[in-house]
Amino acid sequence: MTDVIVPPVAGTGAHPPVVHVTEAHHGHEEHGPSGLLKWFTSTDHKVIGLSYMITSIVIFYIAGLLALGMRIQLASPSSSFVSFAQFNALFTMHGSLMLYLFAGPFAFGGLANYIVPLQVGAPDMAFPRLNALSYWLYLGGSITMLMGFFVAGGSANFGWVAYAPLSNVTNSPGAGADAWLMALALTGFSAIFTGVNLVATIFYLRAPGMTMFRMPIFTWNMLVTGILILIAFPVLTAAVVMLVCDRHFGTHIYTVVGCTTTATAGHPAVPAPNACGSPVLWQNLFWFFGHPEVYILALPYFGIATTVFPVFSRKPVFGYKGMVFATMAIAALSTGVWAHHMFTTGVVLLPFFSLLSLLIAVPTGIKFFNWIGTMWRGQLRFTTPMLFCIGFLFAFLMGGVTGVMLASPPIDFFTHDTYFVVAHFHQVLFGTAVFAGFAGLYFWYPKMFGRMLDDRLGKWHFWLMFIGFWVTFMPQYVVGLRGMPRRVASYPSYLGWESWNIASTIGSFIIAISFGVLLWNLWISWRRPVPAGNNPWDAHTLEWFTTSPPPHHNYTHLPPIRSERPTWDYNHPEHPVLAHGPGANESSNGHGRTNGTVAAEVPSA
Amino acid sequence: MGAVGLAAVVLSGCQVPSFGAFSGSTTQGQDAFKLWQGFFIAGAVIFAIVFFLIMWAVLRYRRKSEAIPAQFQYHTVFEVFYTVVPVVIVLVLFGFTFFAENAVDAVSSTGDPVTVNVTAFQWGWEFQYPKYDVKILGIETQNPEMVVPAHDTVHIFLRSVDVIHGFYVPEFNFSRYAMPGVTNQFDLNVTHTGTFRGQCTQFCGLYHSIMLFRVKAVTSSQFKSWVQQEQRTPNTSGSIAKAKREILQGKAS
Repeated sequence: MTDVIVPPVAGTGAHPPVVHVTEAHHGHEEHGPSGLLKWFTSTDHKVIGLSYMITSIVIFYIAGLLALGMRIQLASPSSSFVSFAQFNALFTMHGSLMLYLFAGPFAFGGLANYIVPLQVGAPDMAFPRLNALSYWLYLGGSITMLMGFFVAGGSANFGWVAYAPLSNVTNSPGAGADAWLMALALTGFSAIFTGVNLVATIFYLRAPGMTMFRMPIFTWNMLVTGILILIAFPVLTAAVVMLVCDRHFGTHIYTVVGCTTTATAGHPAVPAPNACGSPVLWQNLFWFFGHPEVYILALPYFGIATTVFPVFSRKPVFGYKGMVFATMAIAALSTGVWAHHMFTTGVVLLPFFSLLSLLIAVPTGIKFFNWIGTMWRGQLRFTTPMLFCIGFLFAFLMGGVTGVMLASPPIDFFTHDTYFVVAHFHQVLFGTAVFAGFAGLYFWYPKMFGRMLDDRLGKWHFWLMFIGFWVTFMPQYVVGLRGMPRRVASYPSYLGWESWNIASTIGSFIIAISFGVLLWNLWISWRRPVPAGNNPWDAHTLEWFTTSPPPHHNYTHLPPIRSERPTWDYNHPEHPVLAHGPGANESSNGHGRTNGTVAAEVPSA
Repeated sequence: MGAVGLAAVVLSGCQVPSFGAFSGSTTQGQDAFKLWQGFFIAGAVIFAIVFFLIMWAVLRYRRKSEAIPAQFQYHTVFEVFYTVVPVVIVLVLFGFTFFAENAVDAVSSTGDPVTVNVTAFQWGWEFQYPKYDVKILGIETQNPEMVVPAHDTVHIFLRSVDVIHGFYVPEFNFSRYAMPGVTNQFDLNVTHTGTFRGQCTQFCGLYHSIMLFRVKAVTSSQFKSWVQQEQRTPNTSGSIAKAKREILQGKAS
């Protein structure tokens, strides 16, 4: 019978009794098709999560190759490696693939889909078929966007932000632009459905005992991400539909056409108010999506780091509740800062958006100090996931400090749209989606496949990537400050930008090599599997209590859930979290903190 | 900490490194530059502190035994400290931002500034001087030159006839969008004569990369004679529409 799953015993002392959640009645855990048909028809969150992750990593490699194309072009001032038109398509598709199809879907479609139900002790997502629909919409959207390369006129080439009126039918007439917009609509709905699913799962499918303040931080962050998705993505989808109307149905929502103009002596003609469409409306709508989107891309990865640091420090996360409130504060502030992307438009209220943008540094700083506090006085093990998370700290620190500079409008005036901004957001996004994202891959791969990734190769991957990261992006700050605009395919040779660009290109190739090492590592683990066991890291959260990979409905029995790390409590009953202040003596019963309700511990089965 | 460094710089204006930025060839650019110096120092101090804390944790607390460390989770005093102190730093940074921003964005209402209507188009610039009936029109291969008097207020009306462009002069530490349907205004007070390169900074389509221009600051007497010369023998004739047609035809053939 399969209900006897003995977790590895890392500590000593008596285990508390487990709670059986399913009845064992068959030798087989799974019914229905297997093999390829299983992948096509499954509504299991684990299968869908893996599909998401594999698809998004393929997208990541494609987008990375596009970046290499740009770096080759920019290694010399007037290179003819690609034409201007091709270069414009390269950066448009690099950004679009990375942001819409990799960084988000990898986190909330892939990792969250796989991990969140496990972490809250649920058998699946709340709406499994909607979940499958999310994936197929996402795959359809991804293919639609990539098809842009093969239509007449080539792919979209108006930048990943598609500013009106450059994105209208006059300036971007090709079918590639329409494919791009359709892809955004499809993946937008995919994201909305995933957001609905995550929020519903976390609110309604938590196991007995899993109160809100016993949820792991990763799950907390995915809850807040899901809510942000529901705030942000409908706005993007609506904006995209309006742009399609402008392009094909003769509306003038984002276009200044047919306005009456009045020219007075000494002053240029000014369009009459309310007489015509407004290009800046697109920017407002796009960034009202786009800035929460930045945190939709960051919060899941903060969650990964907050999962990994405690495990490899052998301590609980420091400042758990502060972490939760910091996440909420970031989410709340992120809906009120969109116009810091528009400081140089001249039509936004600078002090308001500047202050709110600067304030985001406060909850982000709290997170930093909590991560450091988690490591403080711990026993740090420098496994591959831990190294990637420490790399994330440094990368995000640099990106964060320059982010504070950019939140100040007078500084933004001369760094906006230069390589300074390119360096800033790559350090932020690379720090989160790549450093922390691949920390998550190395960390949960044993759970997903029951086999380890090679730690030595993992460290090669880390160090190559870490070095490549700094060599690529630090020179971009310098050329940005010297006036090099982004999205240019050539630049004058007499300005001293060339050597910095060459350094950046070399760095990008070091990063590329590091991702070759990752492929090799995956191949090795496939050919020569090293069994992982249920809990190879002595990790804290519930997913490490079940088998690797987990059975069809995840759990046959659950440990008592009395803190945010039930697996640790089960394996180390003599080492609960040390409470302090009022109630300190309650923690001496060996079951962790007892600040939850008693009723929550009654098993449902 | 960082805020104190910032205050020291902004108040004293002493000899501080440029930290990679231009020191600014306009009074507005110099204000932005001082703010940049302050932010850089504040950022560097905060970076150094956090960097040191991370390195200390990583080096000092690497695994030494199999013993399980103390399982502490909260420390209210520290948590309040590292919440309140960043709020104070942010408010100080915002204060300096606010005053610098007002200085940079201020448009003089007095005097009789030289007015230039700058119009961006795919892919070139038109500089029109309404007071003098002078017009400079250049497409991307010609690098049109906007001539302005140094030590004098130049008032710019910035707009676009097609897509969004960005008027950016790196050495002025300033950029502003040129947007269809919007007229942006700002002042430039160039502090010394010279030629400054400028470039479109907001992606505007195929030839965005080479949509260049120059700003040439001259003495006021040189400016007057330049105006007179332009009025006698205009360097450029034609219209933006004609220039755009020629660009598209030239690229198509």
